[in-house]
Amino acid sequence: MYVLGIESSCDETAVALYHASKGLIAHTLYSQIATHAEYGGVVPELASRDHIRKLVPLIKTVLKEAELTAKDIEGIAYTAGPGLMGSLLVGAATAQSLAWTWQIPAIAVHHMEGHLLAPMLEDNPPTYPFVALLISGGHTMLIEVRAIGKYRLLGESLDDAAGEAFDKTAKMLGLEYPGGPKLAELARSGQNRFKFPRPMTDRPGLEFSFSGLKTFTMNALHATQQTEQDKADIAFAFQQAIAETLSIKCKRALQQTQLKTLVVAGGVSANQEIRQQLQQMATKEGADIRFPRPEFCTDNGAMIAYAGCQRLMAGQTQNLEIFARPRWPMEQLISL
Amino acid sequence: MNITLETPEDTELLGAALWQALPEKCLLFLYGDLGAGKTTLVRGLLRAAGHQGAVKSPTYTLVEEYEVNGRRLFHFDLYRLKDPEELEWMGMDDYLNQNALSCIEWPQMGAGFLPKADLEVRLNYFQQQRAAEINVLAKNRLNGIKLNWKNNNLLL
Repeated sequence: MYVLGIESSCDETAVALYHASKGLIAHTLYSQIATHAEYGGVVPELASRDHIRKLVPLIKTVLKEAELTAKDIEGIAYTAGPGLMGSLLVGAATAQSLAWTWQIPAIAVHHMEGHLLAPMLEDNPPTYPFVALLISGGHTMLIEVRAIGKYRLLGESLDDAAGEAFDKTAKMLGLEYPGGPKLAELARSGQNRFKFPRPMTDRPGLEFSFSGLKTFTMNALHATQQTEQDKADIAFAFQQAIAETLSIKCKRALQQTQLKTLVVAGGVSANQEIRQQLQQMATKEGADIRFPRPEFCTDNGAMIAYAGCQRLMAGQTQNLEIFARPRWPMEQLISL
Repeated sequence: MNITLETPEDTELLGAALWQALPEKCLLFLYGDLGAGKTTLVRGLLRAAGHQGAVKSPTYTLVEEYEVNGRRLFHFDLYRLKDPEELEWMGMDDYLNQNALSCIEWPQMGAGFLPKADLEVRLNYFQQQRAAEINVLAKNRLNGIKLNWKNNNLLL
């Protein structure tokens, strides 16, 4: 069964093709397309949510890459939420129109479920149940995954997401937004000089709060001459604070659930320091830790195609309505 | 009017005072650098309204919606906008036409596509503290509104 996956919940437009037994066939992302010719000219900058123009060319690209035609597609999976309403509607409307035209089933996929299941696209996938840490620009959550569709939220950020904290701190240090990766680079020449707090680690629970680190950064910065070394030292201290906080909470989650596998996904999981600290913690705990490949850590179509394929194979479909939900609690998902 | 906010709790108290003082439908612009306390102020508003849960940063989602005890609040953050025209894409007008208190962080990112605010609060770093400058722009709508700030009635 060939399933087309469409992701358009935020800034990225992504399309992929997954086959139930052959695995991932092709995947593409808007920003990977070198030529603008297909869109009839230069893509305007304002089009960060202009998925309408991108989606159909991307679908054509994926089919061409896979040397398949529309007739080969047996199901369509699309991200129905959570996300921005306008962006979601483009994916939902495109998916449902194609499903109706091609007379094949469509399935609505939860964006976060896609991220949680992304490690399943790898050669040596983890086995259920596991604990998942999802860290991105918009989310910081710990989830207990018993099976597809069986999720329990263990804890999440009460204010800023981890990636957001990275981007905003980077901006305070004079780096261009979104500067998370640049901050990580600056931290490499930093020394252990400032002691930042580890928010919400002094009390029980699996909640996060990263908003206060912004204020701490600003106060630390104002107390220095703001030289490059000062900034590097602050970047170092900030990154340590995030990495250690995440590590403490993940350890707690593993102990609480008594599970022995930790899956880490989302854009921030590409951060080397965070990976290292989580890896060390997992080794100490005797737990297995898995990361999806970097391109599947961020938003992508492959995870949507995969999740949709599993649900379609289990006989689930979405009736012919343009279903999109900007807010969609994971606990409301049905299991297979 | 200027107020010194010594702690983040003071910022929340200012939010609470605004919730008590402002009409159900109102457009509030919040200015201030990163970490100045804009979201903290909105948290104060929502706590005063009776909202118990988390007050998440809307930077990523652009807007977080709340309904507490029959009153609605929209919390916007336009920080990530690349072009004010994108407000059209997210249906900003539809939000602002509703009977709700709309709080907009980084309104300067939406310049040209936003109506005039009824009230603006500018949060500035003042050593380790914050200074809040409050300006009433819709003088006719908010005429004679009093802010109960730490047991003092301040005329806005």
